[in-house]
Amino acid sequence: MRYIPHTADDRAAMLAALGLSDTGSLFEDIPAAARLGRPLRVPGPLTEMELQAAMRRDAAKNRSTEDLVCFLGGQFYDRFIPSAVGALAGRGEFATSYTPYQPELSQGTLAVIYEFQSMMAGLTGLAAAQASMYDGASAVAEAALLALDTTHRLTVVMDRGVFPESRQVAATYVTARGGRVVVPAADQSLDELLASLAEPPAAVVVQQPDVMGRVRDLRPLAAWAHERGALAIAAADPVALALIEPPGRMGFDVVVGEGQPLGNGLQYGGPTFGFFCVQEALVRRLPGRVVGATHDGSHKRGYVLTLQAREQHIRRERATSNICSNHSLNALQATIYLALLGPEGLREVARLSAAKAHYLVDRLTALPGFARMAPDAPYLFEVALTVPGSVADLNRYLLDRGILGGWDMGRWDPAWAGGWQLAVTEQRTRAELDQLVEAVSTWQ
Amino acid sequence: MAVGTDWQQADRTPLIYDRSHPGRRGVRLPAPDVPAVDEAALLGPSLARTAPLGLPEVAENDVVRHYTALSQMNYGVDTGFYPLGSCTMKYNPKVNEWVAALPGFQRVHPLQPEETVPGLLELLAMMEEILGEISGMDAVTLQPAAGAQGELTGVLLMRALIRARGEERHTLIIPDSAHGTNPATAAMAGYRVAVVPSNVRGGVDLAALRGLVNGDTAGLMLTNPNTLGLFEDEILEIAEVVHQAGGLLYYDGANANAILGEVRPGDMGFDVVHLNLHKTFSTPHGGGGPGSGPVGVKAVLEPFLPGPRLRRAPSGELSWDGDRPQSIGKVRSYYGNVGIVLRALAYILSHGPEGLRDVAHTAVLNANYLRWRLADRFPTRYDRSVMHEFVLTLAGQKERGASALDVAKRLIDYGVYPPTVYFPLVVKEALMVEPTETESKETLDRFADALAAIDKEIDATPEALKTAPHHTPVGRLDEAEAARRPNIRWRAAGGAEGPPGR
Repeated sequence: MRYIPHTADDRAAMLAALGLSDTGSLFEDIPAAARLGRPLRVPGPLTEMELQAAMRRDAAKNRSTEDLVCFLGGQFYDRFIPSAVGALAGRGEFATSYTPYQPELSQGTLAVIYEFQSMMAGLTGLAAAQASMYDGASAVAEAALLALDTTHRLTVVMDRGVFPESRQVAATYVTARGGRVVVPAADQSLDELLASLAEPPAAVVVQQPDVMGRVRDLRPLAAWAHERGALAIAAADPVALALIEPPGRMGFDVVVGEGQPLGNGLQYGGPTFGFFCVQEALVRRLPGRVVGATHDGSHKRGYVLTLQAREQHIRRERATSNICSNHSLNALQATIYLALLGPEGLREVARLSAAKAHYLVDRLTALPGFARMAPDAPYLFEVALTVPGSVADLNRYLLDRGILGGWDMGRWDPAWAGGWQLAVTEQRTRAELDQLVEAVSTWQ
Repeated sequence: MAVGTDWQQADRTPLIYDRSHPGRRGVRLPAPDVPAVDEAALLGPSLARTAPLGLPEVAENDVVRHYTALSQMNYGVDTGFYPLGSCTMKYNPKVNEWVAALPGFQRVHPLQPEETVPGLLELLAMMEEILGEISGMDAVTLQPAAGAQGELTGVLLMRALIRARGEERHTLIIPDSAHGTNPATAAMAGYRVAVVPSNVRGGVDLAALRGLVNGDTAGLMLTNPNTLGLFEDEILEIAEVVHQAGGLLYYDGANANAILGEVRPGDMGFDVVHLNLHKTFSTPHGGGGPGSGPVGVKAVLEPFLPGPRLRRAPSGELSWDGDRPQSIGKVRSYYGNVGIVLRALAYILSHGPEGLRDVAHTAVLNANYLRWRLADRFPTRYDRSVMHEFVLTLAGQKERGASALDVAKRLIDYGVYPPTVYFPLVVKEALMVEPTETESKETLDRFADALAAIDKEIDATPEALKTAPHHTPVGRLDEAEAARRPNIRWRAAGGAEGPPGR
């Protein structure tokens, strides 16, 4: 078979050593009544040539962002990825290694994670980061669990402006632990909800920028939470953090987020990674893996997995989380991406995206019936608009013209019916922006 | 000048920050083709960033040399033999990477309309069906991102069904040999953990299990073959005991490589199963992930699966159905690790039914052959034939002065990544070896010869073990120091507060 090296002679020699005539007798512990006793009904086998042809055919049935102009966002963005990211992250020494349990053979992975932790802590304005989570949504969920454990309270308040995927995953995790997630009603502000609470919550969770694209001053919220012994948790876009004061510097205790915008492809939503950063006092409550610097016997600097007394393989049912596999390879891509861009490059990505978004939105809102849904705060490169008519209708019209229009926000939350969420990245050219405005102006 | 890379001359593992030089850039972006925005004016003084970003400033060539050097300080399956027990470090086929990178799969946004991704949805539906067939389950969700998340999904599904029956149960039974994720998952879902001991044959102690189950038992989480590499031959009785008490059976699929095409969890009595695509189905471990942990269930549990689910219209078209009133809720954003699912699908299609069965048979043959090669010096605690892996006890070597860790570190000098050490906890001085089916007889023989040579060194040259490894970028690192005074991020020389740079 394809990846099995044994010849018939190899097998015969190995079986002879074991005193067996065939491998079947090695399966005698399996009760006869449970045996499958027939071949699996799965397709194949295909040679590599056949497999490539079949997969190329299936891939060609999809329309990618290579042939559609993409204005979709929702924590996943059509950003530019320099060639060096894939070339380096694809190296087999990185890609085919396991969790760095033997540090002497894993200094590459460990040093990368240490760099990653340093970069993410710096971006979010906090003391520390861990090695990566599955995605932004599960990072929000784990942050909520951290708050339950730290405060011994059971209610997590989540702003309605937190992306619905994160809200939903957090609700699953928090409910599983016996807690509850409370979200402001459609006609209620976060402040109104907070004022109505009988008991202080474990945490308040907000998105920065939020689902409408609003960038807000979060300092009062952090102060509110801390006065009541609650944690302040923010989910943030890592590219937006290049321009906005990070939540960690606005007093937030935990900053998490979806890492896809940093050098990771769209891949229909995964794999990407989540980041998870905390202030100093919460370091020993981090979920998942953490890498620390230390020395060997000859005082040579090296890196190891550390603070492992939090983790499932040591603490079992007393661990801070059950997370084992994380998304190390995706975090590596982000680390290489951030190294390539540097501080000025990342600012430029954010600035360019914002300039293009503002150019587009200025033109769209000059058309009758188009307006920002939440004009009370500044936005960067993602924004929610109302449109004169059905969003689904508009998107169908645009798709016929080769454009992936903004997201129909009513499909996320009935409170946002009629909302059209547009994301603009540095990859969109002025011609593409004009093409969208042109198409929109001929709609209806 | 000496030949070698940077790290061979340095007194430390290099960091990208060490190469930083103000003003350098690795990427340039096109000049703006629209009017620029002034973020200070746009955001105002309370929102505009004042803190430095804390990123290094390096040229592209610096980045390429740095990460190439770091990769050379790493060891993967592409480098050599990686017999890490319970992790199934088999060869990761290159064509799988090629498949996942096709623009029609890679450059697709999760919010695209279904009609723009019919090829992808067909493959996802095919994978659900295939994993259902392989595991003997009626429905599969691809959403969980990893095995541990699959476990959480699974125990929440069990609770949902039990509640739908009008019951509340609070205890999950877990064997003492189980992976750490099992009890951690149970606790995460708010369950009490009851530990069932192993019997003298290394399996679940059936009598003890009978004594543990009661009306509070939500279920049993079990790996089969277990972490000792032993098949639970009383599995049908175990299932009966749990089911009769009104509990459910959860299958931890970490060791499914041993049973492909021979026996299916669904036919052993399991109600829920997760599979680790990064183990059994060859997707790369990436230095710790990403994995993918699809969950399969019996029909009675299907209504509770996370949404959205793929639904086929009478016309044959697939779309996502988010209307799942009984669902436990989402566990991950969008549809899971689609790129990993595609790699695993490519692996399965490459093998076909006979090929998958051959994977299991060869993995088991390799494990038994290697165990036989090692038997005269390194015993296993249980004298039974094993499945895909086995656990040596180095208690004898320990008495002669070498711990399992010493032997593991010395193996590095012989060019091998060490097996899993000190797990499972039920074996003293454990060394857990999983060779997988993609290793040749010569590789297995070389590994056995290396372990035999090391065993002789314990008496002849004990220092060779105590000071190992000798040829790696760093020697044994002080882990106690790392935990006592955590240094988990880089700071500029002088230890200035806050991030360095601009």
